[in-house]
Amino acid sequence: MTIPVEVLLTKKKTFERDPERLPEDFHEEVDRLEEEGEWVVQRVAGPYVEVPTRYGRPKKVQMGHLWHHKSCGQCGHIPGYSTSIFWVMRKLGLDYHDPRDQTSCTAWNYYASATSNAAAQAAVALRNFAAAQETGYFPLVHCGTSYGHYKEVREELIRHPELRAQVRAILAKLGKQMVMPEEIVHYSEWFYAMRHEIAARQVRSFEGIAVTVHPACHYYKLVEGDAIYDPDVYGGQRTAIVTGVAQALGAEVRSYSTWFDCCGFGFRHILVQRDFTRSFATRRKIEVMKEEADPDVVLTHDTGCVTTLDKSQFAARAHERNVGVPVMSEAQFAALAMGAHPYKVCQLHWHSADYRPLLEKMGIDWEQAWAEFQQDIKRLENGDIRYLTWEDVDA
Amino acid sequence: MAASALYKAPDVAGYGDVPYEEKARLFDLVKADLRYPDYLYGCYECGICVAVCPSARFYDFSPRRVAQAAAREDVELIYQQMQEDIWECSQCFSCLRCPRGNNPGGIITIMREVAVNNGLASAREALEGYSRIIYKIMSTGTQVSPDMLQPDAFPDWGPEVKDVSDNLDLWRRALPPETLHTTRTGWDVAPRTLVELYLIWFETGALDMIKGVDEGLHMILEEVMEERLEEEGVER
Ligand code: SF4
Ligand code: SF4
Repeated sequence: MTIPVEVLLTKKKTFERDPERLPEDFHEEVDRLEEEGEWVVQRVAGPYVEVPTRYGRPKKVQMGHLWHHKSCGQCGHIPGYSTSIFWVMRKLGLDYHDPRDQTSCTAWNYYASATSNAAAQAAVALRNFAAAQETGYFPLVHCGTSYGHYKEVREELIRHPELRAQVRAILAKLGKQMVMPEEIVHYSEWFYAMRHEIAARQVRSFEGIAVTVHPACHYYKLVEGDAIYDPDVYGGQRTAIVTGVAQALGAEVRSYSTWFDCCGFGFRHILVQRDFTRSFATRRKIEVMKEEADPDVVLTHDTGCVTTLDKSQFAARAHERNVGVPVMSEAQFAALAMGAHPYKVCQLHWHSADYRPLLEKMGIDWEQAWAEFQQDIKRLENGDIRYLTWEDVDA
Repeated sequence: MAASALYKAPDVAGYGDVPYEEKARLFDLVKADLRYPDYLYGCYECGICVAVCPSARFYDFSPRRVAQAAAREDVELIYQQMQEDIWECSQCFSCLRCPRGNNPGGIITIMREVAVNNGLASAREALEGYSRIIYKIMSTGTQVSPDMLQPDAFPDWGPEVKDVSDNLDLWRRALPPETLHTTRTGWDVAPRTLVELYLIWFETGALDMIKGVDEGLHMILEEVMEERLEEEGVER
């Protein structure tokens, strides 16, 4: 008997939440521990947007006055990613803090090598949270893995008093207190929350731009409850993140069958076992997208996913696989929509898969843009300027 | 012979056999992790975790087998998995789709930790070639830094990697955010912050975990950290 796929799909069109089967709300536990004096909760302060999450609970996303918890991989090898996040925020006139007293979450290493433990990981997370709280700015986490890992840490700390005691003792040695933010917020949630403000400032039309979205595993699979799900996007069946932004910007989001698959990053595999990463990224993701959706660009929202999907295509091309589609974060995509310079802001020269046909389709003269960037490089080389500034990129 | 031998021959990976008591001790360490009861609630053996698992597609690997072995307390099989399987996991946590509420990927994280802590052959092998990354993360607080983008390390990433490394200093200075101008770390990290991080590695025993898998690296890291703490006048 054939499986009635169409019937099943219609039945699954929208996700009906059963109010009887709601998992516990972590906010209650976070508040209880605050009442018991176990930690300080950094509250969302100032204007915020409420977004819907997986089980229908609202999540507060603070609009401005944010403490940017940067990502080691974004800053290290996709710097246009972080730059675009900052640039969009500046364009919207929102203040932020780019701290120097931040460490990475160290979770990339942990998931790759296991050379750490629950207490160390929790102490690293809470040290960063304490640093944010000391400034009064609310943390905004750039990396999907940091975000997912910090939510894991929150769960572990809620469940295990002995872990809290251990971490408290360590933080006391550092002169820091135990701090838990009211919400753990990923930058892509901020983009989702602000998508209409971003679209209102759009200067380049994205009509006719076909997009496929890769949702990052650590964003919505790890501690799933407070990831954004919107009944208006995929009927609430998949996370609405990235897709909602692309749609608000007028791009056409196309689906493909392996959307749930991971990218193949693997944490250790991308570093020391890349045959797996390359095969998975190209065969299970890029090729399937090309065959089923033929996108102009792949949008995703995590350091590892951008890296994997972008960098894996070069070797696959040598094997004449059906690859060749640019990859970027929705932050860079949104920045381009708002008129950002493809090199000075989005820093696309750090990417590998060819993005030039996409820029052309967006109406961007990339040759001219590159020449402009090269002029700045000359000024840096000549010593006329030491660094490119925010004023320079919008000149 | 244990039933586990049906899955894979123990001599494939070339690790030595150990007495049952030692295997049981290792499994006890896994079970002693405070997260373990949160990660395993029994197993339906339904295979949903396998269907969503990327590593299961490319390797002789299965999150179901891991959850099952743990649920059945199969000491022999757990040991075998710690030597042969755990490093194949991608730590994507797609397997959290488990209808039983298990976290096979999380169980694997714990098994890996025990493998590292006890210097198992699989851990030493898995971390070969990985030491410069551990050095980077533990000593600078950022795992990936721009200066790691050397074409000889990433020949399969295309000619753009060479462009980046050839132009690294200029291209970093062409980044408008002030914290991103550094080439040695992902961003500019304050000295005080590094001291705090080092204290965390010392206090939680994370630094000592390296000893069993790479003694040389452990010595270098310990020296770097102690020197820095001394410079900053911080006592442990
Ligand atoms: S975390 Fe590991 S076991 Fe689980 S789905 Fe991912 S690769 Fe498979
Ligand atoms: S999905 Fe869960 S219950 Fe099913 S086989 Fe995997 S671990 Fe067992």
